[in-house]
Amino acid sequence: MSEAETKTAPAKEQDTERRLNMIEAINDALDVSMEKDPDVVVMGEDVGYFGGVFRCTAGLQEKHGKTRVFDTPISECGIIAVAVGMGAYGLRPVPEIQFADYIYPGLDQLISEAARLRYRSAGEYIAPMTVRSPFGGGIFGGQTHSQSPEAIFTHVSGLKTVIPSTPYDAKGLLISAIEDNDPVIFFEPKRIYNGPFSGYYDKPAQPWKRFDESIVPEGYYKIPLGKARRVTEGDRVTILAYGTMVHVVEEVCKQKGVEADILDLRTLVPLDIEAIEASVERTGRCLIVHEATRTSGFGAELSALVTERCFYHLEAPVERVTGFDTPYPHSLEWAYFPGPVRIGEALDKILKD
Amino acid sequence: MADRPSGAGQGDNRPKLSLHVPEPKFRPGDTVDFSHLQIPEVGTAPRPDETCDPKEMHELAFGLVRVLGDDNKAYGPWDPKLDPDTLRKMLGHMAMTRAFDERMFRGQRQGKTSFYMKCTGEEATSVSASMALAGDDMVFPSYRQQGILIQRGYPMIEMINQIYSNKGDKLKGRQLPIMYSSREHSFFTISGNLATQTPQAVGWAMASAMKGDSRIAATWVGEGSTAEGDFHSACTFATVYNAPVILNVINNQWAISSFSGFAGAERTTFAARALGYGLAGLRVDGNDALACYAAERWAANRARANAGPTLIEFFTYRAEGHSTSDDPTGYRSAQERAEWPLGDPVTRLKDHLIALGEWDEERQEKMDLEAAEHVKKTTKEAEANGILGHGLHHPFRTMFEDVFEELPWHLREQAEQAIRERETKFPEGLPNGGKGA
Repeated sequence: MSEAETKTAPAKEQDTERRLNMIEAINDALDVSMEKDPDVVVMGEDVGYFGGVFRCTAGLQEKHGKTRVFDTPISECGIIAVAVGMGAYGLRPVPEIQFADYIYPGLDQLISEAARLRYRSAGEYIAPMTVRSPFGGGIFGGQTHSQSPEAIFTHVSGLKTVIPSTPYDAKGLLISAIEDNDPVIFFEPKRIYNGPFSGYYDKPAQPWKRFDESIVPEGYYKIPLGKARRVTEGDRVTILAYGTMVHVVEEVCKQKGVEADILDLRTLVPLDIEAIEASVERTGRCLIVHEATRTSGFGAELSALVTERCFYHLEAPVERVTGFDTPYPHSLEWAYFPGPVRIGEALDKILKD
Repeated sequence: MADRPSGAGQGDNRPKLSLHVPEPKFRPGDTVDFSHLQIPEVGTAPRPDETCDPKEMHELAFGLVRVLGDDNKAYGPWDPKLDPDTLRKMLGHMAMTRAFDERMFRGQRQGKTSFYMKCTGEEATSVSASMALAGDDMVFPSYRQQGILIQRGYPMIEMINQIYSNKGDKLKGRQLPIMYSSREHSFFTISGNLATQTPQAVGWAMASAMKGDSRIAATWVGEGSTAEGDFHSACTFATVYNAPVILNVINNQWAISSFSGFAGAERTTFAARALGYGLAGLRVDGNDALACYAAERWAANRARANAGPTLIEFFTYRAEGHSTSDDPTGYRSAQERAEWPLGDPVTRLKDHLIALGEWDEERQEKMDLEAAEHVKKTTKEAEANGILGHGLHHPFRTMFEDVFEELPWHLREQAEQAIRERETKFPEGLPNGGKGA
């Protein structure tokens, strides 16, 4: 590991160019994984016949059968727990938690059980599950359909946390997560399921098919966990982001003409520390952007790491742009969201001297 | 006083509400009289077909399946009619479990380990139940089912190595004593967080059914922790998917110092939980080894026939403290154990074998002695691998292994720090062959 991967999608001239939104790419990853490994099973609330409230599992039950793709009771504790049992049997379950905001009843099963099985049994039992869950705001979901709880999971030893920001990445990362022998939390930024989000909520939404990151090859490919993606290359500032915020910072930098080294972290644990260090050592400035609340957010960890490891390269204090430490308000959603104004202000501050 | 909405309830004449906080019948010093417990006659519980509709089992969820009578003979349709060799084996496993408990408890008191939990009085609920399963049926136990491992032939030295957290401990000294794991014996890793294993067992059973396997799953949980949401999830998923699983609830009356009333026992039985879910429910004398075997076998047959899951309440009594860290004289009457109306499971099975003319006190004494000797000998062997805190533990670096399949950079850095710390603490190498490191 050294530099972040710069390649985002295969070359455009490919004959079989196929453009998918993130929902279709996730569906494709599940399909490919189920095709390849008969032990992969998909379950969750409304994922079976109906195909999921966001349609990520559409058609999978019809294709792979009711015992491999099925609805579950409304019990996140139960969903995660039976996935632990299935993993102990030798299956590779991919449970869906309908919204990340609903994951909390399953926390004990994730934190005390799935994350600890390998350690406490010295490798006798493992939990090779991938918990998929739509997360983040920007869809008027109010406080119970907008949260970004990734820092709860990055704090737990034994869990991996993955967050894609493009259809191409979503497919390759999800296949890697499913094949991984450790439990993976796979958060899908639902604001960018259908198209990237510039942060300018009053402008018309753009569908994914207008962007090359939506070129998703057929069949099997993987993107390794623990490897960041360089979104744009620049010398003035390093920006660390993931999920929806990758697109927002890219747009803000474009608007302001800032040549930023934007790293899409893709995996929070394990983190691509080498890519972060290499970039910050080059730019001397680091801005961290996430949608989650600020206090004890993953940005705090990133800020500490950058300060500890790159302090003598820094030209300015590390800055964080985050959601506010309040619940996600329904009517004031865009006042809460760390949008272009908040990011712009932080950029001005960090680039001042 | 909490605020009321303005204008509401001012001067109303509704009766005052009062909160009920359960209280056990007897506290330290009290004279114990268990005559309030309804103990049905031996042999009277009907034994329905294993594939019956749970609706036909209402009575069994409130009664008590009993086979062994006061005259030590077996009665009724639940008599499993086991041959004397099998009964002697059962007795042997139970006696071995008791001998093991005695020795390990003492070992903890002697400072050889930090913690131990006995299952005295509950041996039948693990040994007999385990004998009713196939050896490769998957079990998801709680922390008081050491009888399963003994019945399944798990090497006792492995158990003791684990209890001592020594260098022979297969679990690398990571787990609290008695939190065993043995994949080879289809024994799931014990958690310590309560009731989490119950829905996991259901998931394992679902997987077995999905794959067209023939193995079933069984889980054990204390009556106290049936209050956990996990148990509700287990019952729901079990019934929804008709999972081939047995949910064993060990009602030993006490959850540390909280009596079963704090899990709802004042109002209904634990077996009756089954009714609301549409599960088959059985309530069984947990101190009657034959009844335990018969009930578990009934449920296993049912699961194997794809006829559905079963919830079994084993009605028993925790004769000792919760653990070595507990002192039950602080919260319950010392008379309870002696007054328990369903006796002691080891004594009852022994007396049954004697009544059959297949056993005698002399052979029992010999067996007990041999069990104690075996445990003593194995303990000595295990002690050669070290006892807790005496340095003969797993190498340092193993602390960082198995968090993930592969060691990520941040754990590698932390492992390096741990090694530096050790070098700072012991610049001239480890003292006493590693003692205290």
